This record gives sequence, structure tokens and C-alpha cells, in this order.
Amino acid sequence: MKRIWILLSVLALAAAVAPFTGPFVILLLAQILVLGIIAMSVDLLLGYTGLPSLGQAAYLGVGAYLTAILATKFGFGLGWDFWLVVLMGMAAGAATAGFFGLFAIRASGVYFLMITLALGMCVWGLAYRWNSVTGGDNGINMRGRPKFGIELANDLTFFYVVLGLFIASFFALHLLVSSPFGKSLVGIRERELRMRILGYNTWLHKYIAFVIAGGFGGLAGVLWAHLNGIVSPVDVLLPASVDALLMVVLGGPGTLVGGLIGATVVVFLREYLATMVQWWQYVLGAVYVLTILYLPGGIMGLFKGGKA
Amino acid sequence: MDANFWLIQTFNGVSYGALLFLLASGLTLIFGVMRIVNLSHGAYFLLGGYVAISVMRASGSWLLALPIAALAIALLGLFVERVFLRPLGFDPLRQVLLTVGFAFLFQQAALDIWGGDNLIIQPPPALSASVVVGGLHLPVYRIFMVALACAIGLALWFAMERTRIGAIVRATVDDAEMARGIGIDTSKVSMFIFALGAFLAALGGVIGGAFLGIYPGLDFEVLPVAFAVVIIGGMGSLAGAAIGSMLVGLADNFGKALFPEIAYFSLYAPMVLILAMKPTGLLGRE
Repeated sequence: MKRIWILLSVLALAAAVAPFTGPFVILLLAQILVLGIIAMSVDLLLGYTGLPSLGQAAYLGVGAYLTAILATKFGFGLGWDFWLVVLMGMAAGAATAGFFGLFAIRASGVYFLMITLALGMCVWGLAYRWNSVTGGDNGINMRGRPKFGIELANDLTFFYVVLGLFIASFFALHLLVSSPFGKSLVGIRERELRMRILGYNTWLHKYIAFVIAGGFGGLAGVLWAHLNGIVSPVDVLLPASVDALLMVVLGGPGTLVGGLIGATVVVFLREYLATMVQWWQYVLGAVYVLTILYLPGGIMGLFKGGKA
Repeated sequence: MDANFWLIQTFNGVSYGALLFLLASGLTLIFGVMRIVNLSHGAYFLLGGYVAISVMRASGSWLLALPIAALAIALLGLFVERVFLRPLGFDPLRQVLLTVGFAFLFQQAALDIWGGDNLIIQPPPALSASVVVGGLHLPVYRIFMVALACAIGLALWFAMERTRIGAIVRATVDDAEMARGIGIDTSKVSMFIFALGAFLAALGGVIGGAFLGIYPGLDFEVLPVAFAVVIIGGMGSLAGAAIGSMLVGLADNFGKALFPEIAYFSLYAPMVLILAMKPTGLLGRE
């Protein structure tokens, strides 16, 4: 419980400080929260269920492209119906994961890594080549954020909406992993065979976790599209999926909060440091290597009692 | 779409497949022996091309650039394997992230040293011509690529199937623990195979640099294609890599020509199906 209070205090602090910072910092904070959602979805799979997904960006892509296509081709989702798009994005991410999961959940270990990579590349292939729908390499430019009483075009307002959705996602996932269902996921992570002998349908458990993670990926995608104002194939490319994995491993798998810490580091490097210096990618590469060599439990693992 | 179209596309597909074989044969050996999902394999391909460009600028000789680049990258692979991968032990997730870290480091280093332009590796004039075969203009370079891939494929096959070292490697692929039990130093085998894989990838980079060009980001473009080849053929199988390269090379070429909008999808969807139905691939052993 202590961890949740610390998280809420940090988020409250960010919310309080945000109005006094510039638009760039607000943008970075919003990016951290959106990628924090995708990182938590990866954590549900990797940290709690033991499934290392190498294609989580696919679901972010599905949500983002859906949002962009609805907004630019049908003018849908730019008023109150934004909230409908949020739900549709989650549903689309979950449905995609529901379809992909039929293939992926059969595999384990290295093969799960490879099949999620391949599924992610399928989505990238469509995004990159299906010009008539996705705009191909150029992607889709959004035309402004929604307004419904409040103007999301205002970066600060949009940041608060993202913050609200992040907190909602965190509590939803926290409830999920604390529930009996979540406990059996951990059981599967620790020893799948034993769970199966105990009578659990481990395939179904993993499949449901996979679908839920896809749903949160889709949610992150809806926000990602409005945050950046453009959706392009780069958003679903392999490095995006690998980054999401790194966020979890770096922050600490199986903690949910770790994903946000990892997202903070990655956004700082990719979006802030990259605008400052040419050599930022050395730091990113070094973070990958050093995390693997020296931080087996992630940053959260450094604190004693990191497990709630 | 006359017969010429099909012949030319088939030829292009086969020659692209030849390039893929150089990239994927190393990747599949590395996976077979070490069970490592090596996401820095594309970086070795890219660095091979870049080193060749430097050697050519210094010496003007393409023929010299080819082996020097491949050997230099093999040494780099050797270093990474010894210092970083070996101590890691078997943990697919950590291996993936570690190799990605190196891919990023190499990418940045390449950008700092060679800049962000698309550089073309100019092959010697003798290979730049084209010949007319049955009314078709075929670039000599692409014929050379196919011949080289065949030669390397045969050499690898001979080394693996007919020599003592090959027998040791095959034993390690089949059952590393048993191989250790009968006194095979599997750690050395891993080192050798990883260096060989880097060597082949760099060779591919030099060869491919003539028509793909060498530019930042190429590493992560070729990497998933190489994985498609390895998965379709069967991880750890050389013959599988050969067949997979041809299938993927042809699928890529005909896909782009016949149904461009789903060209890449049609490349990775079979990879998914094979992983779901027969994870060991067409020719993989288990």
C-alpha cells in the first residue's frame, strides 16, 4: 500500500507543478504517462504472467491508427465522442490481442518472443504499406485534439486527462493483479505445470491476460495519437516494442509502478537528451546493457520491501 | 505480365534470397548453438558495410574490403560474446535486451563515424555490367551474389557435415549438456559460432551495400526479415536457412510487385503461422 501512496504523491506533485513549467515539459510528462500505460500492460504479461512480449507496440499502433482514421476520415472522436473512441481503442487493442493470442499463447520461452515479434511486424507491415488506409510511410496527420466543454488542444488540459486515465489504468491493473485471478497468473509465472496439475486452465489465464494487456495497449494508442498529432509506422516498429520491454525490466517487473519509472527514463533519454546532445543513443544503449548486467530486479528491486 | 515479368521477378527474388542467406545462415547457427535471440545481428550487417566503405576509401580495392570488413566484425562479435553474452547464461529476455543495447550502441557509433547519408558500395567494374541471357538483361552483380551464396552455403554445409569441427558443433546443437559430458568445450564452440555469424552478417552487409545502400536504420530493417527466414526454415538448420531465404526472397519480390499494399504483411504472416503450428520450422530438428 505504501507504494501506491508514494505513486499518488509523485503524480499529485507532477500535476501541481505542471502549470508552472513550459509546454515542452508538459509534453514530456504526458508522454511518460502514456508510455507508462503501455509499460504496465507489458508488466502484466512479463512481470506477473511471465510472458515476454516483443510486440506490444502493435496494440498501441492499432489504437493510434483507429483514432487517427476515425478523426481524419470521419471527423469522429473530436467532441464528446472522444470517450467513445477511448473505449473503441481499448476494444480494438483487446480484439487484436484476442486474435493474435490464439497464435501466440501456444508458444513459450524463446518462441513466444519470436511469435510476438512476428505479430508486431505484421501490424507494422500493414501500417507501412497499406497506403490507402494508413497513409504508408508518411503516416496520418491529426487535425487538432478533441474539445467538449474543455479544450484538449490546451496541452495542460490534455495532460490532466492523460493523468486521469493513467491513474484509472493503474488502479484497474492493480485490482486485477491483487485479485485471485492475478495470483493465479503469478502462479503460472512461477510454475505453470504445477498450476495445470492443480486444475487451472493456464492457457485461458494467459490468454485473458494477453487480451487485457492488448486493451491497455489500445488505450495508450488513442492517447499517443492525440498527444503527438501524427501516427506513423515508426510507432509500431520493433524498437518501440523493445523499449516497452526495457521500461519494465529497468523499473522492476511485477511492480506496475516500475513501468512508470522505466518510461520516465526512456522518455528522458529519447525525447529530452536527444534534443540536447548528439550522442544520446550511447546513453540509451548503455542503460540497456547496464540494466541487464547490474539490475536484475530493476530500480524497484533496489529498495528493500519493494514487493508490496 | 508476360513471361519476362515472371522470369525477372524470379531472378530478383532468388538473388535477394541469396543475400538473405548470408545474413540468416549466421543467425540460425547462433540460435541453434547458443539459443540466443540475437537482435544485434542487423548491426553487424550494417557495420560490415561501413567498414568496407572505409577500407575502399583507403585502398580503393573492393576485393580487399570484403574480407577485411568481415574479419573486423567477426572480431567485434567475438569480443561481445566473450565479455557480455557468455557470463549472462541462458535467459532469452535478458539476451534480447542486451543485444538490443549493443545494436543501439553500434548504431550511434556508425552515425558518429560515417554520418547519416546513404552510402553505396561500388563493386568492381567487372561485376557492374549486365549480360543478356535469352533476351533478358541480367546484372552480373546479382548473378555473382547467387554464386557467392551458393559457394558459402556449400562451404558451410561441408564444414558442418564433413569435418570434425562440424561434428562438434552439431553435437552442441543437438544436446549441449551431453556434448559437455563427452569433453566438448561448448563455450569455445559458442564463441566460434558467434564470430562466424558476425562474419557472415558483415559479408552480407558488404555484398548488400551495392544495391540496398548502407544507411542508419538499415540494421533494424533487415533484422526482422532475417528472423523470418530463420523461423520459416527452422532455427539452427543451414538447409532450412537456404530454403527459407529463397522463399522469403521470392515472397518479398512478388509481394511488392503483385500486391504492394500487403507486401510486408505477407512476409510475416507465414512466420506467425509456422511458429504457431510447427515452431521448429520447415527443417528444424527437435
